[in-house]
Amino acid sequence: MSRDRFERALLRVLRPLVVAVLFAATAFPFFYMVTLSVRDIQELILHPGSILPRDPTLSTYADVLGRQGFLTFMRNSAIVATASVAVTLLISIPGAYAVARLRFFGRRQVHFLFLAVYLFPAIVLAIPLFTLFTMMGLRGSLAGLILVYIAQTVPVTVYMLRNYFESVPRSVEEAAAIDGCGRVETIWRVVLPLSKPALAATGLYIFMIAWNEFLFALLFLVEKRDSWTVSLGLAQLSGGIEVPTTVLMAGSVVLTLPIVVLFFAGERLLTEGLTAGAEKG
Amino acid sequence: MTAPGRTLRRQEARAGLWLISPTLVITLVVVVVPLLWAVMMAFQDVRLISVRRTGLFGHHTLENFAYVVSQPGFWPALANTLFYTVAGTAGSVAAGLVAALALRDRFRGRTLVRAAILIPYVAPVVAVAFLWEVMLNPQFGIVNTWLERPIAFLSQARGTFLGIEVPVALLTVIAFEVWRYFPFAFLFVLARLQALPKDLEEAAVVDGATPSQRFRYVVLPQLGRVIALLAVLRFVFTFTKFDDVYLLTGGGAGTEVVSVRVFDLLTARGDIGASAAQALVLAVALVVLLVAYLRFHGREAEGA
Repeated sequence: MSRDRFERALLRVLRPLVVAVLFAATAFPFFYMVTLSVRDIQELILHPGSILPRDPTLSTYADVLGRQGFLTFMRNSAIVATASVAVTLLISIPGAYAVARLRFFGRRQVHFLFLAVYLFPAIVLAIPLFTLFTMMGLRGSLAGLILVYIAQTVPVTVYMLRNYFESVPRSVEEAAAIDGCGRVETIWRVVLPLSKPALAATGLYIFMIAWNEFLFALLFLVEKRDSWTVSLGLAQLSGGIEVPTTVLMAGSVVLTLPIVVLFFAGERLLTEGLTAGAEKG
Repeated sequence: MTAPGRTLRRQEARAGLWLISPTLVITLVVVVVPLLWAVMMAFQDVRLISVRRTGLFGHHTLENFAYVVSQPGFWPALANTLFYTVAGTAGSVAAGLVAALALRDRFRGRTLVRAAILIPYVAPVVAVAFLWEVMLNPQFGIVNTWLERPIAFLSQARGTFLGIEVPVALLTVIAFEVWRYFPFAFLFVLARLQALPKDLEEAAVVDGATPSQRFRYVVLPQLGRVIALLAVLRFVFTFTKFDDVYLLTGGGAGTEVVSVRVFDLLTARGDIGASAAQALVLAVALVVLLVAYLRFHGREAEGA
């Protein structure tokens, strides 16, 4: 057999095998997460090897949402993430427009600053912010956490929005200007409606960062249980031994599901937005 | 003649600064100024209980650096950080490349597999770290029911595998890193692969190149830049990563990395000065490694 035919035959076997391994390695843990979350802890101890639950129960969810306080944690996470998205977009839209369209002193330096902020390690920033918030008595407040998330997401948001704003034809904006729109009005009435997919994508990105974040939530909120986010709540409770593992697994599902659903919903919305634009030419 | 143009230009510049100022203010106030403060504190004797009494420009000293570098666990932690970062970066980029190549051509169910691959990266780190802890648990973890003898993956510093002594927990943490971040590399490489012009490869087929030759001499060279970019990005992010190791092992069982030491100095000891010095040592080490890499890589690219 020639080398070419041998390699082709090998690939025909290898490719499906690699795909199967990748699928198992990524999908199985999450499948197991869900099936474990509807089991009683006794069942896990007695039959640790079983994949499907023998006697499915939703009492784990009732326990984690009610008694363990995950409903409160979800509310906190939702407040933090939504506020971060709103304020970050509000700040970033004019900034991104300025970088995309206007010539001003320091425009190039701004890029460098943003790249530096994006790459800068959170663990270094954690030290002064933790100190400052302790001094100001801001620890335990969600507002402080939101402020940090805004600062951490603004640079990337400006960068992502700028790329999109640059693709909006100047002629559309000029037409708006001739019709008597001021600069802010042009952004509001012309640029933003044209940039809906980009706004959705960046909003999603900010929401995910804020919902998933752990280090700053731990540093700022750990002493005040009522203010815990879902991530922090799960990390704190899984460190102890009081709460059964299957109940915490229900907590993991509650933490993971909104983000995964949002991500895939957003991804589809994005591709739809792009193809719709292409059809119109 | 030039007067109206100049005022328009000036107006534009003023509007630009005006629109960018909220972005700049928040970045300066919440990121840049605190960082400068952290650098100052690294050279001062500051503790959480006495921070109010320490002036901004008080007595400066190198004691914090001498202290953190001479602590018994520092050098092992730095070695762990380096090993964890290099192995995690190489593993996740390699796995991402393999995944992208495997999913390059259409097949039934590709969308589903692609979605599954993205979940580890999208899911919250706390949830996936907890999931791994449960699955690898020596008593009731499902992975251990598949093994002959249970392994304490996350709490055992050393073990033997095929007669060789291996750092069990550290390798497990690296496996987690690869699993969680290969989707990131996968996305980048797949996007690049799908943008490659088909005709080069078709020409290679006509010339009788085998699949492995086409990959080695046609596809891989065109992926060089994206792989180099991914390597730098993953290296930077992993070198200072805190969450993953802290959540999986808390820095125990021979997995302590420098960022976990920074956190412990800050919260458990309340020693802000030492913590800042430790973080600064980490950041400087990162910059030195990056500059060395870029020098080396730049020269290599020139030679090619």
